[in-house]
Amino acid sequence: MSATLPPDGAASGEMLSEPLPGMVAIKRRFPWSRDPGAHTPSDVGKAAWLFLAPALVLIFVFFFLPVLASLVLSVTDFDIYAIANPPTTRFVGMANYTKLFHSPEFWQALRNTFYFALVGGPLTIAVSLGTALLLNAKLVRFKSFFRTIYFTPFVTTLVAVSIVWRYLYHTRYGVLNYGLAHLGIAPIDWLGNPHWAMPAIILMSIWKNFGYNMLIFIAGLQAIPQDLYDAAEIDGAGPVRRFFAVTLPLLGPTLLFVSVITMIGYFQLFSEPYVMTQGGPLRATTSVVLMMYEEGFRWWRMGYAAAIAFVLFVVILIATLIQFRLQKEHA
Amino acid sequence: MGKMSLTQHLIGSLVVAFAFLAPASARAQDHRLPTNGSNGGGMDTHLFRPAVDSKGFFSVNGSDILAKAGYKEFPKTWADWTTAMKKIKSQMSPRQFPILMPTNEWPQPVMFALEAGSPILRDDGRYGAFEQPAFRKGFDFYLGFYRQGFASPVSSSQVSNLFQEFERGNIAMYISGPWYIGEFKNRLDSATQKKWMTAAMPGINGPGVSLALGSSLSLFAASQHKKEAWLLMEYMSRPAIQLQFYVLTGDLPPRKAAWQDTTFANNKYTRAFRDQLERVVPLPQVPEWEEIATTIYEHGEQAIRKAKTVDQTLASLDQDVNAMLEKRRYLLAQEKPKT
Repeated sequence: MSATLPPDGAASGEMLSEPLPGMVAIKRRFPWSRDPGAHTPSDVGKAAWLFLAPALVLIFVFFFLPVLASLVLSVTDFDIYAIANPPTTRFVGMANYTKLFHSPEFWQALRNTFYFALVGGPLTIAVSLGTALLLNAKLVRFKSFFRTIYFTPFVTTLVAVSIVWRYLYHTRYGVLNYGLAHLGIAPIDWLGNPHWAMPAIILMSIWKNFGYNMLIFIAGLQAIPQDLYDAAEIDGAGPVRRFFAVTLPLLGPTLLFVSVITMIGYFQLFSEPYVMTQGGPLRATTSVVLMMYEEGFRWWRMGYAAAIAFVLFVVILIATLIQFRLQKEHA
Repeated sequence: MGKMSLTQHLIGSLVVAFAFLAPASARAQDHRLPTNGSNGGGMDTHLFRPAVDSKGFFSVNGSDILAKAGYKEFPKTWADWTTAMKKIKSQMSPRQFPILMPTNEWPQPVMFALEAGSPILRDDGRYGAFEQPAFRKGFDFYLGFYRQGFASPVSSSQVSNLFQEFERGNIAMYISGPWYIGEFKNRLDSATQKKWMTAAMPGINGPGVSLALGSSLSLFAASQHKKEAWLLMEYMSRPAIQLQFYVLTGDLPPRKAAWQDTTFANNKYTRAFRDQLERVVPLPQVPEWEEIATTIYEHGEQAIRKAKTVDQTLASLDQDVNAMLEKRRYLLAQEKPKT
């Protein structure tokens, strides 16, 4: 590298009209160091690539390459036989995708996933925002205590949580049905009834996830200047008006971030049904990712599973673009 | 339940395996899996399932509940079993059930079908045999548990504490494997300890068939240490070692010689399993089995919940399983193009 560089100071005039005082000091102390001004734009470009190289190599090897490999996989019938003997793999073109779009199980999984994301997502965000507003209110005491309590479910192991919730949902001994009985409501078979299983999973997910969004909302709320509220109050805006005219617009970027992150996460629903219901009853809680896992890693239909992964990718991409567009229009 | 066992065998070519399961009926059949001739180098892949420990299914029953219904011993035929469950049911409250049989377990419908003489798959595992009368007979018997109210249509994940349910008398029987003996001994309260016993699976005309589930020892063709691996397998199959293995893990030995030890002679709970070892039948030896098994219970659930009629269920079961076996048919056709 140093051989290609011009001699010390030769190009400095082109880059900087005069050396910065700090550079002179450095030069005096470390006479062997190069004048920073000596670098041509192409040198800078090279250096940038050099610094970026490790990250780029990692992204290429661990992201682009696997994505490319699974794209190739999705047009083959790579399966359990191919694992034992790779030459048995056949090129099937779009057959995996055709099969997928003709599979009632896939459409059901897609419906379930949308149900979870479109009902569970907004509810989670609403609960997060609600608790964030409460914890940001001036009257509330022991804020950090409540923040910790509300955040705890998010950092608790899902498997442990699911086992506890299975007890809560128990038809006979569950505290939920116990409470309902006091209201005169007949016991609900939460996890055994195809109509109630998904709401049960959504309820648990809200409880499990709202703490994280809540913290982000609190940070967003604290960034809103108090004088805006004061001004609004002087103008005669009540609490509701203040929320819609000041809080919500200024929370816009936070709301976008939270909704995108939540939605992407919710479209990838897997662990909750995997632990709680194994996708049942009657596949009512089988999500796209759970189906992909079963096809790929239980039945070893890797080609088919790769096709599912790509369809899910497209779904999430479209949903994210829609959200960005909505947000832009709103702004 | 050995979820991975089939696939583990498939990774790499496998030519030698050691079938040391004592009863002839229980000896796993070896089955040739097709390989692509162009690259196989003349090496065939064989799949063996010699069970190290034969996990037959059995029933634990609240023997006092059975006694109350007038039974001294567990029924041996399907007809008697049904009658017994009817009597028990009539003495129970509406929310109590004679048997716990989760809808998301495949061994029960498969075992009943095997007992009825169904091969499960036909034409060397090329197609499903679900619409055949034998499978239907077993399937009808399976559905009968739910239709007649002997079992509640719950999935296994909905049962939070099986032992408590036994103690409270909410269930009287449960079908599982010998690995549960230790659990029952440890977890049932002292009052219930005197009230339970194991029994062999009833059949159509007398004691019924059972499944050999569990782990297998296999030796890979490509293994660099065949001799050493063989030594280990030989060692693991010694009666004394199998006995020790049982003491350590609770997994029952497949060899008759190991059963002659006093550990088993004096153990009333393992007796039913020793009896069942004689009537173990192998499962279809196809690598798609895990998927097929899951599809069977998923279709079963549709029939139980009346999402489909029995005819529709069995037709769609055949259709789905045939689709799963497409690759297998293709490979078998490749292997023997002329015959």
